[in-house]
Amino acid sequence: MHIPDGFLDAKTVIVTSAASLAALKYGMTKAKKELGERDIPSLGVMAAFIFAAQMVNFPVMAGTSGHLLGAALAAILFGPYSASLVLSTVLIVQCLFFQDGGITALGANILNMAVAGTFVASIVYNTVKKLRFTGSEMTAIFLSAWLSVLTGAFLTSFELAISGTVSFNAVIAPMILVHAVIGIGEGIITCVAVAYIRRILDIKPQAFANYNERGEAR
Amino acid sequence: MNRWAVILFLAIIIAALLSQYASPLPDGLERVAEDLGFLEKGESPVLKFSPMPDYTITTINNEKISTAIAGITGTLITLAFAWGCIKLIAKG
Repeated sequence: MHIPDGFLDAKTVIVTSAASLAALKYGMTKAKKELGERDIPSLGVMAAFIFAAQMVNFPVMAGTSGHLLGAALAAILFGPYSASLVLSTVLIVQCLFFQDGGITALGANILNMAVAGTFVASIVYNTVKKLRFTGSEMTAIFLSAWLSVLTGAFLTSFELAISGTVSFNAVIAPMILVHAVIGIGEGIITCVAVAYIRRILDIKPQAFANYNERGEAR
Repeated sequence: MNRWAVILFLAIIIAALLSQYASPLPDGLERVAEDLGFLEKGESPVLKFSPMPDYTITTINNEKISTAIAGITGTLITLAFAWGCIKLIAKG
Protein backbone atom coordinates (compact mmCIF):
# COMPACT_ATOMS: atom_id res chain seq x y z
CA MET A 1 0.00 0.00 0.00
CA HIS A 2 2.77 2.41 -0.92
CA ILE A 3 1.08 5.71 -1.76
CA PRO A 4 2.42 7.19 -5.03
CA ASP A 5 2.92 10.92 -5.78
CA GLY A 6 -0.34 12.62 -6.75
CA PHE A 7 -2.71 10.91 -4.30
CA LEU A 8 -2.12 13.37 -1.44
CA ASP A 9 -2.63 17.13 -1.39
CA ALA A 10 -0.09 19.65 -0.05
CA LYS A 11 -1.54 19.96 3.46
CA THR A 12 -1.63 16.19 3.92
CA VAL A 13 1.94 15.88 2.63
CA ILE A 14 3.11 18.54 5.11
CA VAL A 15 1.20 17.16 8.10
CA THR A 16 2.15 13.51 7.52
CA SER A 17 5.81 14.42 6.85
CA ALA A 18 5.99 16.48 10.05
CA ALA A 19 4.26 13.75 12.06
CA SER A 20 6.51 10.98 10.78
CA LEU A 21 9.65 13.09 11.33
CA ALA A 22 8.61 13.80 14.90
CA ALA A 23 7.78 10.13 15.51
CA LEU A 24 11.09 8.96 14.06
CA LYS A 25 13.04 11.53 16.08
CA TYR A 26 11.35 10.23 19.23
CA GLY A 27 11.88 6.64 18.06
CA MET A 28 15.61 7.30 17.59
CA THR A 29 16.10 8.38 21.20
CA LYS A 30 14.08 5.40 22.44
CA ALA A 31 15.79 2.94 20.06
CA LYS A 32 19.17 4.16 21.25
CA LYS A 33 18.33 2.74 24.66
CA GLU A 34 17.08 -0.60 23.30
CA LEU A 35 20.09 -1.03 21.01
CA GLY A 36 23.38 -2.65 21.88
CA GLU A 37 26.41 -2.61 19.56
CA ARG A 38 25.72 -6.22 18.56
CA ASP A 39 22.12 -5.45 17.52
CA ILE A 40 23.17 -3.04 14.76
CA PRO A 41 24.16 -5.57 12.06
CA SER A 42 21.10 -7.69 12.83
CA LEU A 43 18.80 -4.69 12.28
CA GLY A 44 20.51 -4.14 8.92
CA VAL A 45 19.83 -7.76 7.99
CA MET A 46 16.22 -7.43 9.17
CA ALA A 47 15.76 -4.43 6.85
CA ALA A 48 17.32 -6.36 3.96
CA PHE A 49 15.08 -9.35 4.65
CA ILE A 50 11.94 -7.18 4.72
CA PHE A 51 12.97 -5.47 1.47
CA ALA A 52 13.39 -8.86 -0.21
CA ALA A 53 10.15 -10.27 1.18
CA GLN A 54 8.22 -7.18 0.04
CA MET A 55 9.20 -7.98 -3.56
CA VAL A 56 7.18 -11.18 -3.50
CA ASN A 57 3.57 -10.26 -4.26
CA PHE A 58 1.06 -13.03 -3.67
CA PRO A 59 -2.36 -13.12 -5.36
CA VAL A 60 -5.25 -12.54 -2.93
CA MET A 61 -8.53 -12.20 -4.76
CA ALA A 62 -9.81 -11.55 -8.25
CA GLY A 63 -7.14 -9.46 -9.93
CA THR A 64 -5.40 -8.26 -6.78
CA SER A 65 -2.13 -9.03 -5.03
CA GLY A 66 -0.51 -8.19 -1.73
CA HIS A 67 2.92 -8.49 -0.22
CA LEU A 68 4.46 -8.69 3.22
CA LEU A 69 4.66 -5.41 5.12
CA GLY A 70 7.00 -6.72 7.81
CA ALA A 71 6.05 -4.17 10.48
CA ALA A 72 4.89 -6.91 12.87
CA LEU A 73 7.86 -9.12 12.02
CA ALA A 74 10.37 -6.42 12.96
CA ALA A 75 8.34 -5.19 15.95
CA ILE A 76 8.03 -8.68 17.44
CA LEU A 77 11.73 -9.41 17.02
CA PHE A 78 13.14 -6.01 18.03
CA GLY A 79 10.47 -3.87 19.66
CA PRO A 80 8.57 -0.95 18.11
CA TYR A 81 11.26 1.75 18.13
CA SER A 82 13.97 -0.22 16.37
CA ALA A 83 11.32 -1.71 14.06
CA SER A 84 10.08 1.73 12.99
CA LEU A 85 13.64 2.68 12.00
CA VAL A 86 14.09 -0.60 10.10
CA LEU A 87 10.81 -0.15 8.18
CA SER A 88 11.64 3.50 7.41
CA THR A 89 14.96 2.58 5.82
CA VAL A 90 13.17 0.02 3.63
CA LEU A 91 10.58 2.61 2.52
CA ILE A 92 13.28 5.21 1.77
CA VAL A 93 15.27 2.75 -0.41
CA GLN A 94 12.10 1.65 -2.24
CA CYS A 95 11.11 5.26 -2.89
CA LEU A 96 14.54 6.53 -4.04
CA PHE A 97 15.72 3.52 -6.06
CA PHE A 98 12.63 1.63 -7.19
CA GLN A 99 9.89 4.24 -7.70
CA ASP A 100 7.79 2.33 -5.19
CA GLY A 101 5.96 4.95 -3.16
CA GLY A 102 6.19 8.63 -4.12
CA ILE A 103 8.79 10.99 -2.67
CA THR A 104 6.01 13.41 -1.65
CA ALA A 105 4.13 10.53 0.00
CA LEU A 106 7.20 9.20 1.83
CA GLY A 107 6.17 10.88 5.08
CA ALA A 108 2.69 9.37 4.88
CA ASN A 109 4.04 5.94 3.97
CA ILE A 110 6.47 6.06 6.90
CA LEU A 111 3.68 7.20 9.21
CA ASN A 112 1.23 4.51 8.05
CA MET A 113 3.52 1.52 7.84
CA ALA A 114 6.78 2.21 9.73
CA VAL A 115 5.32 4.13 12.68
CA ALA A 116 1.65 3.17 13.15
CA GLY A 117 2.11 -0.35 11.75
CA THR A 118 4.95 -1.24 14.13
CA PHE A 119 3.22 0.34 17.13
CA VAL A 120 -0.09 -1.41 16.66
CA ALA A 121 1.81 -4.65 16.03
CA SER A 122 3.76 -4.31 19.30
CA ILE A 123 0.73 -3.42 21.38
CA VAL A 124 -1.36 -6.28 19.98
CA TYR A 125 1.49 -8.79 20.27
CA ASN A 126 2.29 -7.92 23.87
CA THR A 127 -1.36 -7.78 24.91
CA VAL A 128 -2.38 -11.12 23.40
CA LYS A 129 0.83 -12.86 24.50
CA LYS A 130 0.14 -11.91 28.12
CA LEU A 131 -3.14 -13.85 28.07
CA ARG A 132 -1.06 -17.05 28.09
CA PHE A 133 -3.54 -19.50 26.60
CA THR A 134 -2.60 -22.50 24.47
CA GLY A 135 -1.33 -21.10 21.21
CA SER A 136 -1.27 -17.54 22.53
CA GLU A 137 2.17 -16.91 21.02
CA MET A 138 1.05 -17.82 17.48
CA THR A 139 -2.28 -16.04 17.92
CA ALA A 140 -0.44 -12.94 19.14
CA ILE A 141 1.87 -12.98 16.12
CA PHE A 142 -0.96 -13.54 13.65
CA LEU A 143 -3.26 -10.86 15.08
CA SER A 144 -0.47 -8.32 15.40
CA ALA A 145 0.46 -8.84 11.74
CA TRP A 146 -3.15 -8.74 10.56
CA LEU A 147 -3.98 -5.57 12.49
CA SER A 148 -0.77 -3.81 11.41
CA VAL A 149 -1.94 -4.14 7.79
CA LEU A 150 -5.45 -2.92 8.64
CA THR A 151 -3.98 0.06 10.50
CA GLY A 152 -2.01 1.02 7.43
CA ALA A 153 -5.07 0.61 5.22
CA PHE A 154 -7.20 2.74 7.54
CA LEU A 155 -4.67 5.57 7.73
CA THR A 156 -4.11 5.47 3.96
CA SER A 157 -7.88 5.74 3.38
CA PHE A 158 -8.09 8.65 5.81
CA GLU A 159 -5.21 10.50 4.13
CA LEU A 160 -6.71 9.95 0.66
CA ALA A 161 -10.02 11.31 1.92
CA ILE A 162 -8.66 14.46 3.59
CA SER A 163 -6.64 15.09 0.43
CA GLY A 164 -9.93 15.15 -1.50
CA THR A 165 -8.71 12.33 -3.78
CA VAL A 166 -11.72 10.14 -2.98
CA SER A 167 -14.51 10.27 -0.42
CA PHE A 168 -13.92 8.47 2.87
CA ASN A 169 -17.21 6.59 2.62
CA ALA A 170 -16.31 5.29 -0.83
CA VAL A 171 -12.75 4.24 -0.04
CA ILE A 172 -12.87 2.84 3.49
CA ALA A 173 -14.89 -0.35 2.88
CA PRO A 174 -12.96 -1.63 -0.17
CA MET A 175 -9.61 -0.70 1.42
CA ILE A 176 -10.39 -2.52 4.67
CA LEU A 177 -11.87 -5.51 2.84
CA VAL A 178 -8.95 -6.08 0.50
CA HIS A 179 -6.40 -5.52 3.26
CA ALA A 180 -8.26 -7.85 5.62
CA VAL A 181 -7.52 -10.56 3.05
CA ILE A 182 -3.92 -9.40 2.41
CA GLY A 183 -3.51 -9.33 6.21
CA ILE A 184 -4.18 -13.07 6.38
CA GLY A 185 -1.14 -13.56 4.14
CA GLU A 186 0.79 -11.14 6.36
CA GLY A 187 -0.25 -13.15 9.43
CA ILE A 188 0.80 -16.50 7.99
CA ILE A 189 4.13 -15.23 6.62
CA THR A 190 4.90 -13.42 9.89
CA CYS A 191 4.18 -16.56 11.98
CA VAL A 192 6.46 -18.64 9.77
CA ALA A 193 9.19 -15.98 9.54
CA VAL A 194 9.25 -15.27 13.30
CA ALA A 195 9.41 -18.98 14.12
CA TYR A 196 12.09 -19.60 11.51
CA ILE A 197 14.26 -16.61 12.45
CA ARG A 198 14.02 -17.51 16.15
CA ARG A 199 15.05 -21.04 15.27
CA ILE A 200 18.03 -19.91 13.22
CA LEU A 201 19.07 -17.55 16.02
CA ASP A 202 18.30 -20.21 18.62
CA ILE A 203 16.36 -17.81 20.82
CA LYS A 204 13.35 -18.17 23.06
CA PRO A 205 10.32 -15.98 22.33
CA GLN A 206 11.16 -13.61 25.22
CA ALA A 207 14.81 -13.13 24.41
CA PHE A 208 14.30 -10.44 21.82
CA ALA A 209 11.18 -8.78 23.16
CA ASN A 210 11.90 -5.34 24.45
CA TYR A 211 9.54 -5.82 27.31
CA ASN A 212 10.03 -7.50 30.67
CA GLU A 213 7.65 -10.02 32.22
CA ARG A 214 5.31 -7.32 33.44
CA GLY A 215 5.02 -5.84 29.97
CA GLU A 216 7.05 -2.74 30.76
CA ALA A 217 9.45 -1.37 28.19
CA ARG A 218 13.03 -2.20 29.04
CA MET B 1 26.29 -12.53 14.10
CA ASN B 2 27.07 -15.43 11.74
CA ARG B 3 23.52 -16.66 12.30
CA TRP B 4 22.23 -13.40 10.88
CA ALA B 5 24.39 -14.11 7.82
CA VAL B 6 22.09 -17.10 7.22
CA ILE B 7 19.08 -14.77 7.23
CA LEU B 8 20.86 -12.36 4.87
CA PHE B 9 21.59 -15.25 2.53
CA LEU B 10 17.91 -16.20 2.69
CA ALA B 11 16.94 -12.60 1.88
CA ILE B 12 19.18 -12.62 -1.20
CA ILE B 13 17.64 -15.92 -2.35
CA ILE B 14 14.15 -14.47 -1.91
CA ALA B 15 15.06 -11.27 -3.78
CA ALA B 16 16.78 -13.11 -6.62
CA LEU B 17 14.69 -16.25 -7.07
CA LEU B 18 11.37 -16.19 -5.21
CA SER B 19 10.73 -12.69 -6.64
CA GLN B 20 10.48 -14.34 -10.09
CA TYR B 21 7.18 -15.83 -8.97
CA ALA B 22 5.77 -12.54 -7.61
CA SER B 23 2.24 -11.82 -8.76
CA PRO B 24 2.13 -9.00 -11.33
CA LEU B 25 -1.44 -8.09 -10.29
CA PRO B 26 -2.12 -4.63 -8.79
CA ASP B 27 -1.78 -4.43 -5.02
CA GLY B 28 -4.64 -3.59 -2.64
CA LEU B 29 -4.32 0.19 -2.91
CA GLU B 30 -3.86 0.10 -6.72
CA ARG B 31 -6.90 -2.14 -7.06
CA VAL B 32 -9.08 0.19 -5.00
CA ALA B 33 -7.71 3.24 -6.85
CA GLU B 34 -8.53 1.58 -10.17
CA ASP B 35 -12.05 0.57 -9.10
CA LEU B 36 -12.81 4.03 -7.72
CA GLY B 37 -11.25 5.80 -10.71
CA PHE B 38 -8.36 7.73 -9.14
CA LEU B 39 -5.46 5.51 -10.21
CA GLU B 40 -4.35 7.91 -12.96
CA LYS B 41 -3.72 10.65 -10.35
CA GLY B 42 -0.78 8.60 -9.15
CA GLU B 43 0.82 7.93 -12.50
CA SER B 44 3.30 10.83 -12.66
CA PRO B 45 6.08 10.34 -10.12
CA VAL B 46 7.81 13.52 -8.93
CA LEU B 47 11.26 11.91 -9.20
CA LYS B 48 11.39 11.34 -12.95
CA PHE B 49 14.57 9.30 -12.79
CA SER B 50 14.67 6.04 -10.92
CA PRO B 51 17.70 3.70 -11.08
CA MET B 52 15.52 0.56 -10.99
CA PRO B 53 11.89 1.49 -11.75
CA ASP B 54 9.42 -1.21 -10.71
CA TYR B 55 12.26 -3.52 -9.56
CA THR B 56 13.84 -3.89 -12.98
CA ILE B 57 17.10 -2.85 -14.65
CA THR B 58 15.87 -1.07 -17.77
CA THR B 59 19.02 -1.82 -19.78
CA ILE B 60 18.64 -5.59 -19.32
CA ASN B 61 16.08 -7.16 -21.61
CA ASN B 62 15.95 -10.57 -19.94
CA GLU B 63 13.18 -10.13 -17.41
CA LYS B 64 14.44 -12.82 -15.02
CA ILE B 65 17.99 -11.52 -14.90
CA SER B 66 16.75 -7.94 -14.63
CA THR B 67 14.52 -8.73 -11.62
CA ALA B 68 17.20 -10.85 -9.93
CA ILE B 69 19.87 -8.13 -10.23
CA ALA B 70 17.45 -5.42 -9.07
CA GLY B 71 16.43 -7.60 -6.14
CA ILE B 72 19.97 -8.44 -5.02
CA THR B 73 21.08 -4.82 -5.46
CA GLY B 74 18.11 -3.53 -3.46
CA THR B 75 18.67 -6.04 -0.69
CA LEU B 76 22.32 -5.02 -0.34
CA ILE B 77 21.53 -1.27 -0.56
CA THR B 78 18.91 -1.72 2.19
CA LEU B 79 21.38 -3.68 4.32
CA ALA B 80 24.06 -1.00 3.99
CA PHE B 81 21.66 1.93 4.42
CA ALA B 82 19.90 0.49 7.48
CA TRP B 83 23.16 -0.63 9.06
CA GLY B 84 24.72 2.80 8.51
CA CYS B 85 21.70 4.79 9.72
CA ILE B 86 21.23 2.67 12.81
CA LYS B 87 24.92 2.80 13.65
CA LEU B 88 24.80 6.61 13.46
CA ILE B 89 21.65 6.70 15.58
CA ALA B 90 23.12 4.37 18.21
CA LYS B 91 26.29 6.48 18.43
CA GLY B 92 24.82 9.96 17.99
